Amino acid sequence: MYSGGMSIGHTLLGLLESGPRHGYDLKRAFDEKFGQDRPLHYGQVYSTMSRLLKNGLVVVDGIEAGGGPERKRYAITEAGITDVAQWLATPEKPEPYLQSTLYTKVVLALLTGRGAAEILDTQRAEHLRLMRELTRRKRDGDLADQLICDHALFHLEADLRWLELTAARLDALAEEIRR
Amino acid sequence: MSSTPLLRATGLDKAYGPTPALAGADFALRAGEVVAVMGPSGSGKSTLLHCLAGIVRPDAGTITYDGRELTALSDGARSSLRRTDFGFVFQFGQLVPELTCVENVALPLRLNGEKRKAAEARAAEWLARLEVDAVADKRPGEMSGGQGQRVAVARALVTAPRVIFADEPTGALDSLNGERVMRLLTDASRDTGAAVVLVTHEARVAAWSDREVVVRDGSVRDAEWAA
Amino acid sequence: MSLGTWVRDLTLGARFAVAGGRSGLLRTLLTATGVGFGVSLLLLAASFPNMLFQREVRESVRAVDGSEQVTSPRPDSFLHLGRDTVYRDDVVSGLLLRPEGDAPPVPPGADRFPGTGEMLVSPALGELLDSPEGALLKERIPYEAVGTIGPAGLIGPAELRYVAHVDFLTPENLDGRGTRYGWSVPAEPMNAFLVLLVVVACVVLLLPVLVFVATAVRFGGEQRDRRLAALRLIGADTATTRRIAAGEALAGALFGLLVGLGLFAAARQFAGAFTIWDVNAYPGDVVPMPALAALVLAVVPVASVVVTLFALRGVVIEPLGVVRTSAPRRRRLWWRLLLLAAGAAFLVPLAGDVQVTGTSIDTVGVVAGTALVLTGLTTLLPWLVEAGVKRLHAGPVAWQLAVRRLQLSSGTAARAVSGIVVAAAGAIALQMLFQAMENDFTHLSGADTTRAQLAIGTDARNADEAREAIDRLRRTEGVSGVIGTVESHVWRPGPLKEGEEFSPMASLRVGDCASLREYAALPSCADGDVFVLLAHGAQGTPDDLFVTRTARPGATVALRDPHPHPSAPKPPKGTPLPQWRIPTTARIVDSRPDPTGMYEYGVLATPKAVDASLLDEPDTQTMVRLDPAVPDAAEYVRNTAAAIDPTAWVRTLKDTERDAAFSSVRTGILVGSTLTMLLVAASLLVATLEQLRDRRRLLSSLVAFGTRRSTLGWSVLWQTAVPILLGLGLAVAGGLGLGLVLLQMGGQRVEDWWGFLPVVGIGLGLIAAVTLLSMPVLWRLMRADGLRTE
Repeated sequence: MYSGGMSIGHTLLGLLESGPRHGYDLKRAFDEKFGQDRPLHYGQVYSTMSRLLKNGLVVVDGIEAGGGPERKRYAITEAGITDVAQWLATPEKPEPYLQSTLYTKVVLALLTGRGAAEILDTQRAEHLRLMRELTRRKRDGDLADQLICDHALFHLEADLRWLELTAARLDALAEEIRR
Repeated sequence: MSSTPLLRATGLDKAYGPTPALAGADFALRAGEVVAVMGPSGSGKSTLLHCLAGIVRPDAGTITYDGRELTALSDGARSSLRRTDFGFVFQFGQLVPELTCVENVALPLRLNGEKRKAAEARAAEWLARLEVDAVADKRPGEMSGGQGQRVAVARALVTAPRVIFADEPTGALDSLNGERVMRLLTDASRDTGAAVVLVTHEARVAAWSDREVVVRDGSVRDAEWAA
Repeated sequence: MSLGTWVRDLTLGARFAVAGGRSGLLRTLLTATGVGFGVSLLLLAASFPNMLFQREVRESVRAVDGSEQVTSPRPDSFLHLGRDTVYRDDVVSGLLLRPEGDAPPVPPGADRFPGTGEMLVSPALGELLDSPEGALLKERIPYEAVGTIGPAGLIGPAELRYVAHVDFLTPENLDGRGTRYGWSVPAEPMNAFLVLLVVVACVVLLLPVLVFVATAVRFGGEQRDRRLAALRLIGADTATTRRIAAGEALAGALFGLLVGLGLFAAARQFAGAFTIWDVNAYPGDVVPMPALAALVLAVVPVASVVVTLFALRGVVIEPLGVVRTSAPRRRRLWWRLLLLAAGAAFLVPLAGDVQVTGTSIDTVGVVAGTALVLTGLTTLLPWLVEAGVKRLHAGPVAWQLAVRRLQLSSGTAARAVSGIVVAAAGAIALQMLFQAMENDFTHLSGADTTRAQLAIGTDARNADEAREAIDRLRRTEGVSGVIGTVESHVWRPGPLKEGEEFSPMASLRVGDCASLREYAALPSCADGDVFVLLAHGAQGTPDDLFVTRTARPGATVALRDPHPHPSAPKPPKGTPLPQWRIPTTARIVDSRPDPTGMYEYGVLATPKAVDASLLDEPDTQTMVRLDPAVPDAAEYVRNTAAAIDPTAWVRTLKDTERDAAFSSVRTGILVGSTLTMLLVAASLLVATLEQLRDRRRLLSSLVAFGTRRSTLGWSVLWQTAVPILLGLGLAVAGGLGLGLVLLQMGGQRVEDWWGFLPVVGIGLGLIAAVTLLSMPVLWRLMRADGLRTE
């Protein structure tokens, strides 16, 4: 059984393990550590927290006076800690990438007699542009930044390798498709 | 992108025996930029670098460096240019095994006629900058590959060259050490304003550059300059 | 461990040597070539005694047998005269024959007796005479070549020799009368001092060859080490890998033996094609002494195994690569000195034991002592190089590169050079022995080659002919001056006195004032003057009374022997005894050395003072000065002399004359040490090239960042020069020491402390040669190809 991919609930639970926090703090901590690309909306935080409350994984530790919903302070329960442990122990399902848009584009280009090599070159340039950007960010960021950027870089590099390999095999591919 | 290139090559041909390594390759490098030269193995990447650096004379084509026609220079003049204006980092086997790191790094300066003491003092500064001052008095055989490559980078930079030619500088290193070498190399070149020609087949390494060109079958696809 | 394991591992190693892929095969070939070179040289050295012996045998076999006295003509008797001439520095030996009957024996090597005016020639002479180069010589030997002399009549295939049938030989002008050929020379034991020299020379020459063989089995060691590491990876233990390495070396050495035998067989064939310092032999005469040959064939394979095991001592072969024990054992001094001391212990007690006149010598002691001393010196070298380079400081870049290299691995350099130490130290010791003996064996001839360069003697029937002969020589091309006298004798006339068996006599020389001044210090001279020449007993000449009892101013002398020996030809009956009165005005003068260095004595007369037609049996003694600007001047003179009188002799004046035995030993050593030095240079070159090839990547990258070729060239030079210079220093010190001890043995003193300079010169030449020869490879490796990884 695989876990269901990136889970905001488990992530927020995990952040609570170090101690009770306000909803506002939770959002800031999440954004800082994981949300470089997509910061959380407050709405996402409240809906997630109310679901966790309902499931008994967190409890409301206290409410500051005169505050809105963001002034609720949450604490993790025993069940919540167990749930986080379970989630971490469950392996992530490797992404098979079998349905690749790029592959589709290449085949289509070949089928329609357009230049597949150009598509690949354009894609490579785009990949490298992104990789350069990530590398720059890595250069200026802290260790966490570096780890996140490297993750992306390795994936992009894998894509690029596939591009190289495909480029080298375009002629064979064209022949096979036209058959 | 209006500035005139520091180093420009047009229509380079070079063959080793019957096999052509370069066929009509064009290339341009502006002062201070880092350009990655990519391509599958056997595509002529290294040959391009050797031609650009004046190590190998191309069979046809012209190379202009800083207003000078490189292909017209004598062997001696090209050697002297390489001593003063260029720096080199290779994949491996470039450090003299008998010399200590300081002596290795001081070597290009001494070839330029600098006194030993002064040369070694400057070499020591560069070793510190590349975080290998701890092994300054060790020989290449007594240190790790990553340290060795950083010493090699220090040697390439010590003469304050205007162009550094790096041929697979991380080829023999693991990711982490490769990372460190690339960071130090590009940081140092940015600080000193040296341009870098970086031959690599790894995209992650090429990502440290400002732009890349691809060599395929001996010709260069350079998105920016091809037109 | 059982014999079986050894055999298994050695065989496995041998298989690797031949089936180890391209690089393995290359390494085996390199080793085989090196060892083969050494083996062939050792075999040639082992053949040398035989070559010299066969040469003597051949010489005696073809000589006319003089042991039998033949007093009167017989059908099988012949008159013979040996006439050697020099043609452009080559000796042409001639045997002139005149048969006295119709059954003269055929000379050795000939198939028949040549007719009158005909000659047989050696193939080499025939070729020379037929070529334009031989034109001048053809004039001198005017006989018609009708056949060739076979090997039985020659010393070597390149010998220039002719046997001619002439009609002008008379009982007056011959060497002798013979009836057969073949002369058995009693084996004359070699002088003890010469034996000492030969023994030392052998040790000196052979040790470097052994060192070279030891170096050759280590060629390509680094590649081999990588292969051994791979063996460790698949589970071989250290001892096994070592045995396998030994097996590889053994295979190389065995191939080397084959190559060596092949090279030797080939070299034999060419033994006749080259004449090195007068040595020229037939292939059949180049046969190694069996015991020595067996020793060579046994020692080489064994040595290859031992050397390999020894070399791997400091090397740990790990499964993932070879580790040279990072902190190599410091080289120790004591056992190296012990070898030297042991050698000295053998030699020193022998001081004064060898008598120059004796013939016996403690060969074992000398060989063991010399070998120990030279080996000790060789082993001292690595220690010295290590200790020496440690103290060197970094200078210019080229120097720094070389010194650091030497500091890191001085062993390789020291090994390559050790051959030089043995050869040089030995050569220096020999040199000293030579110099000491030069006095005993070399006579200063006393000739003054500035006054004349050739001396010619011709027979003449009368004074006119004699004068004519001198004139012809004077007119010869290339002659710038002539000292010519017509020579005869004067006798005391009157009856024999009591106790006299023949009439007292003195020589008479008639010539112009300039010529006479060459024999005496003349206060003044005009045509018509006569002088009585006294040598005062100088140079063993008789005392002055010998001359003055016949020849005094105012004395009357006979110009023909008044009481000739009964067997001498009688003058025509009735001719009165010609007489001459030495003028009272004749002056007594002191003799001075003539250009040949001799003090002459007797009577000197200018042409007007005596009627030369009265002289008895005159002959001419002519010395000529040559014009250095005329290249073949000496050849023209020799031709003129031969034309005047076919039995004429021509002698080249030399400042010194060497004893023949002495010069033959010297010849052997010169040949040997030249080859040895070449061998050392070859192994040095191989080591240098191997090292360069190993660093091809490094060289290319050094070039990439702009290193000048000259910088790398100089670094190669220093890297070669430093160990060689240290080695030469050691060799000079050791050689002088060894020479001193050996001289003590013969009770001799050092004649010349600077005799080692030529050896040092050869060493410096080697440095230059090795550096120069490695330059093309360095140049090639410095091209950018070495950088290519794709």
